[in-house]
Amino acid sequence: MSGFAALVARDLRLVWRRPGDVAVVLAFFVVATVLFPLGIGPEANVLARIAAGVLWCAALFASLLSLDRLFASDYEDGTLDLLLLAPWPLELAALAKCAAHWIVTGLPLAVLAPFLGIAFGLDAKSLLALAATLLVGTPTLSLIGGLAAALTLGARRGGALLALLALPLCVPTLIFGAGAVESRAIGEDFSTHLAILAALALVALATTPWAMAAALRQAGE
Amino acid sequence: MAPALLEVADLACRRGGRQVFDRLSFALGAGELLALTGRNGSGKTTLLRALALLVRPDAGSIRWQEAVVWSEKRQAEPETWRSRLAWLGHLDGLKGDLSVRENLLVAERLRGGPPADDRLDGVLIAFDLLNLAMRPVRVLSAGQRRRTALARVLLSQAPVWLLDEPLNALDVPAQAAFRTALRTHLAAGGLAIAATHADLGMPRPRTLELAT
Repeated sequence: MSGFAALVARDLRLVWRRPGDVAVVLAFFVVATVLFPLGIGPEANVLARIAAGVLWCAALFASLLSLDRLFASDYEDGTLDLLLLAPWPLELAALAKCAAHWIVTGLPLAVLAPFLGIAFGLDAKSLLALAATLLVGTPTLSLIGGLAAALTLGARRGGALLALLALPLCVPTLIFGAGAVESRAIGEDFSTHLAILAALALVALATTPWAMAAALRQAGE
Repeated sequence: MAPALLEVADLACRRGGRQVFDRLSFALGAGELLALTGRNGSGKTTLLRALALLVRPDAGSIRWQEAVVWSEKRQAEPETWRSRLAWLGHLDGLKGDLSVRENLLVAERLRGGPPADDRLDGVLIAFDLLNLAMRPVRVLSAGQRRRTALARVLLSQAPVWLLDEPLNALDVPAQAAFRTALRTHLAAGGLAIAATHADLGMPRPRTLELAT
């Protein structure tokens, strides 16, 4: 367990040394979201209607943006070999990398999204639902994206391939995430949506570390 | 001769449809060094990676103190074997944004070892890194990075060193420092397998020449 904590701490420290990388992701999220009202027009009821879908899609793209470096930087400087040789399970190491990614991407996105929701004219209840769904849903995005990053390690044009692999797998999370906010907006209970999001996150948690570890071992060969 | 700790028998490895090496056997006892030689592309790095189980061998066996580490029929838990290894690849395995000190401490914690703070200064002194300890690795020269990577090997206190071209980019004083560290490691009963053509400074090094 000390190795897991050490790896999360190391990755957070690396991000802290280069805060620009996270700033770019968050700036992309803001800019991409703000483009929609400009393109679609200022009708408040239309904007409120599409807000959840737009914010969820933008969050998905933003979290994919930083994922191609998740394992690639370790692969290029040789530290991946040290993780492969560490005397504790590689599955935990992969999970630690995803956890660090979520802390610096998913978590800030969930915090930032309600503020952007205001610009779309979402009411207070929907804003809260938006933050809650992103909080529960973004770990899934980090895990699925981490799997795609591990699978595309060493491939040319890995970034585009990564998005192609990860996006279809993220569809269920997107549907229930955006759906939860919409049902909250029309006054319905959204706990079912939230429970399904949590279930998706747990399924990803229970499966992706093994797949990531297998892909990383393959890349190390 | 000391009883063999590490026994490799009939090891074979195919990569990309090519037989890199075949029926490779050797045994190493405590305090022994094996230098791997051979032309470029003869499989020195692949052999080191196979010994670390980073690459799966295709046939043969690897034993440590007579217990099977890897064989065609049976593979023991690789974690125990890995805890005995210190690895120096052709890449240094350092994070550019972390300082020398941070790199060494993090690497040691990732190996699951106890906090290494009290041993760190001795290792830094051995490779003359004390005055560079707080510098981020990305501003160091290639030789200084190599020294940091070697310091990581020394800090691990692992009994088996697997070294790929350890003397790469090192200047004369750094080579001497490495030879001293290696001699101390071997004198303490450690093993080392190094792919290199350079003189490792041992009186009668055992060599294994890999054919292309």
